[in-house]
Amino acid sequence: MKETVLDILANITGDDEVREDLDMELYESGILDSMATVEMLLELQMQCGIEVPVSDFERTEWDTPNKIIAKVESMG
Amino acid sequence: MINMQPYQNPTYFLYLLVGLLPIMIGLLYGRRFKVYETIISFVFLVLTFGGDKWMQGVSIIGYLICELILIFAYLHYRKSKNSTGVFIGAVVLAILPLVLVKLTPFFAWQHLSLFGFLGISYITFKVVQIVMEIRDGTIKELDFKGVLHFLLFFPTISSGPIDRYRRFIRDYDQAPKQEKYLKLLGKGVFYIFLGFLYKFVLAYLFGVVMLPYVSKMALASGGISKWLVAYMYVYAMDLFFDFAGYSLFAVGTSYVMGIETPMNFNKPFIAHNIKDFWNRWHMTLSFWFRDFIYMRLVFFMMKKKLVKSRITMANIGYLTLFLIMGLWHGLTWYYIVYGFYHAFAIIICDAWLRFKKKHKKQIPSNKFTEIFAIVLTFHVVCFSFLIFSGFLDTLFFR
Repeated sequence: MKETVLDILANITGDDEVREDLDMELYESGILDSMATVEMLLELQMQCGIEVPVSDFERTEWDTPNKIIAKVESMG
Repeated sequence: MINMQPYQNPTYFLYLLVGLLPIMIGLLYGRRFKVYETIISFVFLVLTFGGDKWMQGVSIIGYLICELILIFAYLHYRKSKNSTGVFIGAVVLAILPLVLVKLTPFFAWQHLSLFGFLGISYITFKVVQIVMEIRDGTIKELDFKGVLHFLLFFPTISSGPIDRYRRFIRDYDQAPKQEKYLKLLGKGVFYIFLGFLYKFVLAYLFGVVMLPYVSKMALASGGISKWLVAYMYVYAMDLFFDFAGYSLFAVGTSYVMGIETPMNFNKPFIAHNIKDFWNRWHMTLSFWFRDFIYMRLVFFMMKKKLVKSRITMANIGYLTLFLIMGLWHGLTWYYIVYGFYHAFAIIICDAWLRFKKKHKKQIPSNKFTEIFAIVLTFHVVCFSFLIFSGFLDTLFFR
C-alpha cells in the first residue's frame, strides 16, 4: 500500500522528492495544490478502492506522505 | 424598539459582555447552557433584525422556512435515492433567493429588494454546503435545532467567517475542557481587543480620515495621478483593517462562547504569490469556493475525462471560480473585471510555478527574491482592490 501511495504521489508531482522525506510538508511547500489533490483522490479511488469525497477532505490530515499513507491504510 | 448592527458601537459590546457572561461562567465550570444560548442568540438577532429593520426580520424568517424545507426534503430524498438532476435542482433552489437579491439593483425591481437582509450571502453559503455534503454522504443526519443554530449563529451572521456544519456541531454539542476553554477565552478576548485596534483605530484612520481626502484630490487631478496611487494604497489598507477587524470580533466572540469559528485572515500582505494570498485573505470564503466550486468542478472534468490537459482543466476551474466570485460581489463591470483579473493572475502564477519547478537550478532563490515576490504580490493585490473599489468607475465614467 505504501509503495502504491508513493507511486501515485511521485507521479502527480512529477518528482521523486516525496519518497525521500516522508514527513515533508506537501501543501505549505506548494508541492500539492487543489488540482493535485483531486488527481490524488481519483487515483486512490481507482488504484486502492478508497473513496474520499472532496467535502470530507481535511488538508491538515493529508499534508505529509506519512499522513497520507496512514490515512489510506486506515481506510483500505 | 431599538436596533443595533453587530459590533458597530461600544453599547453593542457592553450588551455582548452582559449577555455572554452566564455562558462564560457555565463554560468555566464545563457546562453549556443550551437553552440560555438559544434565548440570547434570539435576543441578539432581534437587536439586529428588529426595530426599524423589521422588514429584514420578516425576510429572514421567510427565507429560513424555505431553506429549511429544502434541506430536510433533500436529506429525506437522499436517504433512498441519489439523482444528479435532483441535486442540481436543490442547489439552484438554495441559491435562488440570493440570486434574486443580487439581480434587484441591476433591473431595479424595487419590490424585490424586500427579500434582502443582512448576511443573506453567508447563510446561503452554509445552506449550499449542507446540500453538497448531503449529496456526498458526509452528512447523513441533521439535527433541526443544530441546523438552526449553525445557520443563525449570531456572532458570524452578518459577514462570516463561514464555518462548516460538522465542525460547528462538534463544538456546539459539548463544552470544551476547562483548561482548553481558558485558553480559548484568553485568545477570544485578545482577538476582540485586536479588533478594536483594527476597526476603530486603523480602519478609522485609513477609511474615515484619509480616504475622503485622497479621493477628493484624485478626482480633482483627474485621470492617472499620484493621488490615484495614494487612493489605491489607502483603500487597500482600509479594506483589510475594516474586514479583518470585523472578523476578529466574530471569531473572538465565538471563542468566548466555546465555538472555534475558523480564522478569516492570516497576514495576507506577506503572501509570496497570488495563490498564497488567497490562502491568507478572506480564507473561509476562498476555501468555500475552493472546496465547493473549484475542486468539485475539476473532479467532475477529470472523472468524465471532459478535458485532456490538466493545465486547461485547472484554468477552466480558476476562471469559473473567480467569475462566480466576481458576480457574487455584484453585477457591475468592476466586480466582474476584478474576478477575471484574479483568475488571470492565478493562471500566470501557476505557469510561473511550473516554469520554476523545471528550472530549479537556474533560478535564484534568496532573501532578495523573496522580498521582491512579496512586494510584487502586494501590488498586484492592491491594484485588484482599486478595481474592486469602483473608484475607477467614478473617476472615468461618471
